Amino acid sequence: MNLSKGLSMFSGSRALENKIDEFLDRISEAGLIYRKAIHVFLEHGVTEDFVTHAEQIGHIESRADELRREIETGLYEQNLIPDLRADVLSLVEDLDEILNAYDASGYRFTIEQPVFPSTLQPDVLAIVESVTNSVEQITIAARTFFRDFNSCRDYIHKVRFYESEADRIGTKIKRAIYSSDLPLANKMHVTSFIEMIDNLADMAEDITDKLAIYVIKRDN
Amino acid sequence: MGASSVVFLSSGLFLGWSLGANDAANIFGTAVSTRMVKFRTAAIVCSIFIALGAVISGVGAAYTLGSLGAINAIGGAFVTTFAAAFTVYSIIKFGLPVSVSQAVVGAIIGWNLFTDSVTDVNSIVRIASTWVACPLLSGTFAAILYMLFKYLLSFVKVHLLYRDACTRIAMVLTGAFGAYSLGANNMANVVGVFVPVAPFTDLSLGGFHISAVQQLFFVGALATAVGVFTYSYKVMGTVGKGLMPLSPFAAWVVVLAQSCVLFIFASEGLEFFLASHNLPVIPLVPVSATQAVVGAVIGIGLCKGAAKSIKWSVVVRIMCGWVITPVIAAVICFFALFFMQNVFDQRVYIPKTYLMSEKVFDRIVAEGFSASKLSSLKGERFDSGMEFIHAVENRVGKLSSDQQQKLLSTAENVKILIDADKIDNLDNNLFSSEELEQIRELSGQRFNYRWELQRALIRTGSNWEYRPATILNKQYNKMLLQKLTVIENNFVVRAEKKKTVSVSMD
Repeated sequence: MNLSKGLSMFSGSRALENKIDEFLDRISEAGLIYRKAIHVFLEHGVTEDFVTHAEQIGHIESRADELRREIETGLYEQNLIPDLRADVLSLVEDLDEILNAYDASGYRFTIEQPVFPSTLQPDVLAIVESVTNSVEQITIAARTFFRDFNSCRDYIHKVRFYESEADRIGTKIKRAIYSSDLPLANKMHVTSFIEMIDNLADMAEDITDKLAIYVIKRDN
Repeated sequence: MGASSVVFLSSGLFLGWSLGANDAANIFGTAVSTRMVKFRTAAIVCSIFIALGAVISGVGAAYTLGSLGAINAIGGAFVTTFAAAFTVYSIIKFGLPVSVSQAVVGAIIGWNLFTDSVTDVNSIVRIASTWVACPLLSGTFAAILYMLFKYLLSFVKVHLLYRDACTRIAMVLTGAFGAYSLGANNMANVVGVFVPVAPFTDLSLGGFHISAVQQLFFVGALATAVGVFTYSYKVMGTVGKGLMPLSPFAAWVVVLAQSCVLFIFASEGLEFFLASHNLPVIPLVPVSATQAVVGAVIGIGLCKGAAKSIKWSVVVRIMCGWVITPVIAAVICFFALFFMQNVFDQRVYIPKTYLMSEKVFDRIVAEGFSASKLSSLKGERFDSGMEFIHAVENRVGKLSSDQQQKLLSTAENVKILIDADKIDNLDNNLFSSEELEQIRELSGQRFNYRWELQRALIRTGSNWEYRPATILNKQYNKMLLQKLTVIENNFVVRAEKKKTVSVSMD
């Protein structure tokens, strides 16, 4: 191997490192915007602000898709991390699914405009907080998987905590909805949104389960 | 140069091919199997550095000739080399890594049996001890290095991809170093014995001087490169993933552990360096690259607590391969020598005679052997080493291997005539002008024993005397032995008539 090949190996991997970091940044950013968007929706409904946030998430998702493709191609073209390549690709694809879910959720709010009883709005905000926290923790866990996989377990633990918190709040909201005087159609509509939001935390938890295995594999 | 030279050289090239097919797997097997280094990259790096090692550093050892130097007829060397190469080829056909040098020693034992020569028991003990000691040493080394580097890397928070790039480069660099060492240390064993029959002459191209020996070594390296490209992939698979699945990091530790074991336990240079700086010396033990690699993989597996993931059936197959390698080589060599001598009518052995003259008797007695028991042998002549040793043992009892070798070297009757015309044949790179002048002083003199020649040389200068056997003097004595062997071979007077050894095949 000549020097230029050695140097290009370093520059190639450096470029890919930046792409992975940017990809994780986009997920984190999407979570923050999603949280903000739900706040706006609960306070003012589908306003221009809300639509802007939903579109922002859409743009982030598109950019993340590009990054995902570049990461996948780069890993194969440069034949990097052959032992962990499949795991990294799976991780990136699973994280991209979360972004897709954020995007889809934002558009669904725009189209269906669910009506949450005002008494439940603090709980809705709480579940959104837990869900976005769990996604935030999974992005940190993914970041540490690449740099300091020993700390990965700490964040995996936090994801699980926020996911169970989201489940708990979700159940509480659903109980409250079904014990209210809302028409059944409304009840089902609103609970489907709660389930959609809660599903984001479930997706994060599923990724942590896989990540825990990847960490064990990397440890060897 | 005749066609026969090329034919004789062909078996050296076959052994070179086997070396490439087998030893490239030791160097790059784990790197290729973990897909960290492409086979093509590994083969190119391996070939280039083997050639560089052979041409730059290997030529210095050309006169050592390794173990094959003991064989005194080119026909015998051809068959012995062929037997070793064929054995290695047969074993690696099953994807099992073998030790090329042990195949060579096995073939030499076959030659010894055929020619009724005495086999140095130490060489057999050395091989058997390597089967056990070498994997143990490299396994321990690999386990320690694995844990140490894993601990150190836990403090280094570098990105997975950056670490991957560093591991690849470390693998290629370590592999290149291993390939260079392989070329430097082993090419003399492969083609060194054919230096006298090589069809090359010194070349000067634009200020660059390429000696005939360098050209021969380069051709040997080409044969090795062909072996790497054509046949090493299968053995790489066995070493790299056949024993157990390895992570790239563990794969690199395997290569590093192998290099460390070879450097620390087989490097006379390191031993000399430590001794000359009054540091504690690490004892040299016989080690083999093949056995070191296998030991290192197992060592890491055990260290990780993954004993179950080690494929023990493969380990057993590999170890069986090690044990049968010298045996098969000896058997093939024995029968091939028979055919070479009796069917192709080629000289495979120049008979040695051992003469218990008055001078030899006095010298042997001075070395501590019983004068009264050996006096009955005075004046007797023996046509083989075994016959001579049996005669001595019948009188003084069982001899150790060292005693046997000492007796044989003292009593071997060699006709040496210092012919002034032949002095120019001696290599200026090996001998200083002062040494050549000292040899010239002996022009016209005849000697019947090697030690007589050395004694005469000592009279011309004390530089021809062995120094006390200490670690610091080891390299000096080794070089002196080389020089004396080259002088003897240059001035030895051979009987013109071809003599053959009769062996009954009943």
